[in-house]
Amino acid sequence: MNKYKVDEHGFYGDFGGAYIPELLYPNVEELKHNYKQIIATEEFQKQFKHLLKDYVGRPTPLYLAENLSAKYKTKIYLKREDLCHTGAHKINNTIGQILLAKALGKHRIIAETGAGQHGVATATVCALMGLECIVYMGAVDIERQAPNVARMKMLGAEVVPATSGSRTLKDATNEAIRDWINHPKDTHYIIGSVVGPHPYPDMVTELQSVISKEVKSQLLEKEGRELPDYVIACVGGGSNAAGLFADFMDHEDVGIIGVEASGKGVHTSESAATTILGKEGIIHGSKTLLMQNTDGQITEPYSISAGLDYPGIGPLHAHLFKTGRGKFVSITDQEAMEAGLELSRMEGIIPAIETAHAFAIFKYLNFDEDDVLVFNCSGRGDKDLETYRKYFGY
Amino acid sequence: MNRINKALAQDKKLISIYFTAGYPKLKDTTEVIKRLAKAGTDVIEIGLPYSDPLADGPVIQRSSEQALTNGMSTKVLFEQLQGIREEVNIALIVMGYFNAMLQFGVENFCKECQAIGIDGIIMPDLPIDIYERDYKSIFENHNLKFIPLITPETSATRIKTIDALGDSFVYMVSSSSTTGGEKGFGEEAMSYFKRISDLNLKNKLMVGFGIKDAISFEQASKYTSGCIIGSEFIRRLTKEGLDGIDPFIKSLKSS
Repeated sequence: MNKYKVDEHGFYGDFGGAYIPELLYPNVEELKHNYKQIIATEEFQKQFKHLLKDYVGRPTPLYLAENLSAKYKTKIYLKREDLCHTGAHKINNTIGQILLAKALGKHRIIAETGAGQHGVATATVCALMGLECIVYMGAVDIERQAPNVARMKMLGAEVVPATSGSRTLKDATNEAIRDWINHPKDTHYIIGSVVGPHPYPDMVTELQSVISKEVKSQLLEKEGRELPDYVIACVGGGSNAAGLFADFMDHEDVGIIGVEASGKGVHTSESAATTILGKEGIIHGSKTLLMQNTDGQITEPYSISAGLDYPGIGPLHAHLFKTGRGKFVSITDQEAMEAGLELSRMEGIIPAIETAHAFAIFKYLNFDEDDVLVFNCSGRGDKDLETYRKYFGY
Repeated sequence: MNRINKALAQDKKLISIYFTAGYPKLKDTTEVIKRLAKAGTDVIEIGLPYSDPLADGPVIQRSSEQALTNGMSTKVLFEQLQGIREEVNIALIVMGYFNAMLQFGVENFCKECQAIGIDGIIMPDLPIDIYERDYKSIFENHNLKFIPLITPETSATRIKTIDALGDSFVYMVSSSSTTGGEKGFGEEAMSYFKRISDLNLKNKLMVGFGIKDAISFEQASKYTSGCIIGSEFIRRLTKEGLDGIDPFIKSLKSS
């Protein structure tokens, strides 16, 4: 049991740890010593459950997609995280972390964001709790994602452009980490994915694991069994995947499938398929698989979906990949866009482009008719309408 | 005796300068080192530029980006430093981020450093527990000093652990910040310098972050062995070029 849980040093097998400057040690140490016990308190659980239910709208439905099931001759369930408040699973984590920040007495919240989804989810909970919110966002992304920038500002957050490096998500993360170094006492850093130094990957997985817990009880009700045959989710950093996989990882007969973005193809220089193109290294304080040149300089990934173009993956996913416990498939921009359109046309659900990647796996994988598949329908496509519109010429 | 310890044994306040290798021009690395040494610098930190320098502020970030654009890499740096010991005899330290070292191979990296005559290594994102567990013996086998960092937030217990790991100097970060901050040293910083000095550690102390002129140099070295200057030096180098090196070092000694 617990082969896929973090060990006492913060590692998942060969991956994880806290490769951080001494400057960050007190911040990370404070979190490391407190997160488990705070999350375990009755007070935390009560507030967390209350907010997830009445504010986020949980439990999200587990929906049997009959049309899609008929087409692919297998049983396809969608875990409707796209119905969460703010439009994606991201808020499960920010609700949990804001409660943690309050318990730790922090009054200043920082976050990084790529497409702006995690930024919006963070700005939302800060507005709810009346805490100061600073979101770092790559200067390039600020231009590409104007509606989410406006949302964050409307929610009262300060959006700070990251102007170093490639001016995208990885640089926004660097800036947030630097901010945290400069504010060691009053600030909590809400990382948006299962990345970063220990304890973040474990903590974010724990907060997102509500997804897999709900799936178990919902599946029991619908199928008379808790365990599906496969759980499938897209992986950028990997938080929606970690949330769906969490309670199934130790059940070896549940197949785990992570879907990465291969952008314009793994053989082009424009891709984000980390398990194929990455090598072991250190990024944002964690040892994992990451895209880098032979010199160890981190390279810029590409995907049509802004939420999947992270040059690394969470250490848990690197471990699932290396041990063979998880199967990873990579999907191109084109395949993802077509899968997004198909889900829209067949089920009346317009998914986020990140999410759409997961639904493109049928081109590469076959399933039995009596297999039960659970997809994480992690986000809705509102934020991507402009990209869809341009792509399909609507 | 290792050149770092030889420098620390002197009865003077040491000037240590950080610069980014391959900046402003790719081929400037050795020229900067030679000019620094000639001007009276005691210890040089040769910065291996990294794409994602977490602990550095904007000045060093920009010089790193430029150096990488210029073509600097681990391999190029080691090539450039071949023969440096025929011309420079002061202590040389390589400072970089751990991923670059990991990709080169920690053992190979240390071997190259030793062959060149490097005296120590500063890797801000290589935490002490992982250093001790996985790499300490490799560093020591290649006669390389591991320079750990402490900050005003580091607890007394942890400082003792850190002190036990090295035997040259501890890099004392003047305040909780990334490099290149503007703040002068107030009472709080001065009492921190004194507090650490009063611990009588086996390692000497060098202060870095926020030192930019003779006044801040004098303040930060009052209770310690000297100071490390990075961002301000890069700023000068950017503005005045290589000819700015000599007057800058001399200006620090004028106090």
